[in-house]
Amino acid sequence: MSAGTFQNGRIYMDANATTPLLPEVVEAMRPYWTEQFGNASSIHLDGQTARTAIDRARETLAEFFNCHDAEVVFNSGGTEGDNTALFGLLHPGDHLITTSIEHSAVLQAAKKLERFGVTTTFVAPQPSGLIEPMDILRAIRPETRLISVMLANNETGVVQPVAEIGKIAADTGAFFHIDAVQGAGKVKFDVRKWGAHLVSISGHKVHGPKGVGAMFVRKGTPVDALIVGGSHERRRRAGTENVPGIVGLAKAIEIAMHSVEDGTMTRLAGLRDKLEAGVLALPGTGLNGALVDGKAAPRVANTTNIWFDNLEGEGLVIALDLKGIAVSGGSACHSGATEPSHVLMAMGLNKHRAGASLRFSLLKSVTEAQVDRVLAVLPEAVQNLRALAPVSAGTLA
Amino acid sequence: MSEKRTIAVAMSGGVDSSTVAAMLARLGDGNRVVGLTLQLWDQTRLAGKHGIPEAPKAGRCCSLDDVYDARRVAEHLGIPYYVVNQEERFEKDVVRPFVSEYLAGRTPIPCSLCNNHLKFDQLLKTARSIGADAIATGHYAVNEFDEKRGRWILKRPADLAKDQTYFLFGLTQEQLAHTLFPLGSLTKPEVREVARQKGLALAEKPDSQEICFIPGGDYKQFLTAYLEEQGEEIPDTAGELVASNGEVIGKHAGISNFTVGQRKGLNVGSPSPLYVLNIDPASHRVTVGADAELATQTLRANRLNWISIPELTEPMRVKAKIRHRHEPAWATLEPAGADEVMARFDEPQRAVTPGQSAVFYDGDEVVGGGWIV
Repeated sequence: MSAGTFQNGRIYMDANATTPLLPEVVEAMRPYWTEQFGNASSIHLDGQTARTAIDRARETLAEFFNCHDAEVVFNSGGTEGDNTALFGLLHPGDHLITTSIEHSAVLQAAKKLERFGVTTTFVAPQPSGLIEPMDILRAIRPETRLISVMLANNETGVVQPVAEIGKIAADTGAFFHIDAVQGAGKVKFDVRKWGAHLVSISGHKVHGPKGVGAMFVRKGTPVDALIVGGSHERRRRAGTENVPGIVGLAKAIEIAMHSVEDGTMTRLAGLRDKLEAGVLALPGTGLNGALVDGKAAPRVANTTNIWFDNLEGEGLVIALDLKGIAVSGGSACHSGATEPSHVLMAMGLNKHRAGASLRFSLLKSVTEAQVDRVLAVLPEAVQNLRALAPVSAGTLA
Repeated sequence: MSEKRTIAVAMSGGVDSSTVAAMLARLGDGNRVVGLTLQLWDQTRLAGKHGIPEAPKAGRCCSLDDVYDARRVAEHLGIPYYVVNQEERFEKDVVRPFVSEYLAGRTPIPCSLCNNHLKFDQLLKTARSIGADAIATGHYAVNEFDEKRGRWILKRPADLAKDQTYFLFGLTQEQLAHTLFPLGSLTKPEVREVARQKGLALAEKPDSQEICFIPGGDYKQFLTAYLEEQGEEIPDTAGELVASNGEVIGKHAGISNFTVGQRKGLNVGSPSPLYVLNIDPASHRVTVGADAELATQTLRANRLNWISIPELTEPMRVKAKIRHRHEPAWATLEPAGADEVMARFDEPQRAVTPGQSAVFYDGDEVVGGGWIV
């Protein structure tokens, strides 16, 4: 596997933002750009070839979700999936339960729905970053129609107890959507066991292409299409199918299914743990969440999130970038500047500490040499930032 | 420049700072250039409230268009580029003081506060934290080290029409030592010509004029919208309009509506034009009078910063500039207590305005400056 091996010598530790395509994925997609270019809705042979490719991809995704083929809908990615779940199920007067650590694709959709008479309860996480299922239960109302909780958090990697939440949904008659974008390729999927009605994933987080994703829609779930204009995807998502993207997604998912079980995650967790221990050995640092009573919370294997005393995270991200290391320090706001992570703040960190936190999210292809290199570069960068006594602002108060 | 340096260019998305980036990036001297934009104010924050325009015009700092322009220049030059979020600090150090000053009946000058707290202090700090040795900005000013005095000197630029030294009087020696002003020797037309030569698409982009966080330029709208957002009331500072002889000639709705020298909006009938002479924040009295009465012989300034001299210990002949568009006037400067000076003008000066800064020049050099009290 050569993905993430950069000829430019850069070290990429921002896999939760996006991942490179695997060479196998590029290969699988290749014929569908030029030779097999047909429209899957066409009757002729060219169309049928495209249709076959999509149907095969759907089978792969069904195996991945543990669902029936007909329950897989291809779309443009995680944001569309999240939007579809909320906009497609909720009507004026309905109540939504979600969490304050969701992706903006859920949070902003919920905000928008407020204007149309949908009320939302945002359940806060424990300091560990875990959502307590009892908090979900306590938020249930007679008019609760949907519960939307993410599988794995993008900032902390903490894996939420979705099966328990699924039981609550089943007991109370609410629909259950899981934003599983950050869990795909990292934990084993089983939408039946989770009791989910809707599950969203995205291609580019699992070494697939950008701009393509898929959604599990449990049979009979009355979710309105977000995009209309054709009978594609059983009328659940209009628009000519992105055949190369769908083929690439399926290939990436096929590989991801294996890597969840073939020891890749153990190796990845080992390197993550080494990196984490090395960073935490620096004075004035600490792990963000991921601990329950001193014990590790369930977490995906590639992510760690660490705060640093007495510095601004934004500066550290830039300093590391200029040294060839890509990490993340919060979420990008409209201008591209960094804002403190809303996830960390929801976990109880103050704005300053949340803004002085870094997320390292490793690619599966990460090497021990890369981890060592980061651990060699980081102390000096941190020291430089901390050594800066504020430059005097002169006498102007 | 034997050792390779990293220089952080403060990029606003305008012609001047973009040209600075292009000049430094294309020197081919092996120095590394990094572009930084300070995100200072969310232009959408108060949009549409109390008459503030919905869509900010281009040329407002931190408008998305300007960040986009800066990013495009960095891409064109092939330099790393980052937007640094300083909204919180900008609000605390610039917007809040701006609001308080107006409410206290003074006429604040946010650009100097921004230069001191954000552009030079914070940017330099950020630059150093990412491994840069110096910052470069698109200000029209000259700074150089004078061996004899052992001090960094700030001087007026070649293009006196673009002179920005008035806003830079607060720079410390350390800040001056780590700052480059590559445009100091150029005129604005020359800068545009350099921009064209470097292939910058924004070479013809118009200059921005207004206060960056007040789109539309109406500070009263801004005060109202900002205080409302903060859940604060505009304090009731309504009071009397009085003539210079003490006679009450009318009422006004609040002192924050006035600035010294203002003529419009007084709403009193008078055979000859009336101007605001004085605003008393304690009694809420606004004194008005004839143009001639606006002239004063002296001013006092505090919160001083000295550049060409370590300290003012004896009277000194200077030219004093009391607002951005003011032609510096001869004055004698003398110490007047701790961190305060008095300037006695040779000729009385019109509309000395508390809240503005007074900057003192010795020839082309900035001696120092302070805030008019």
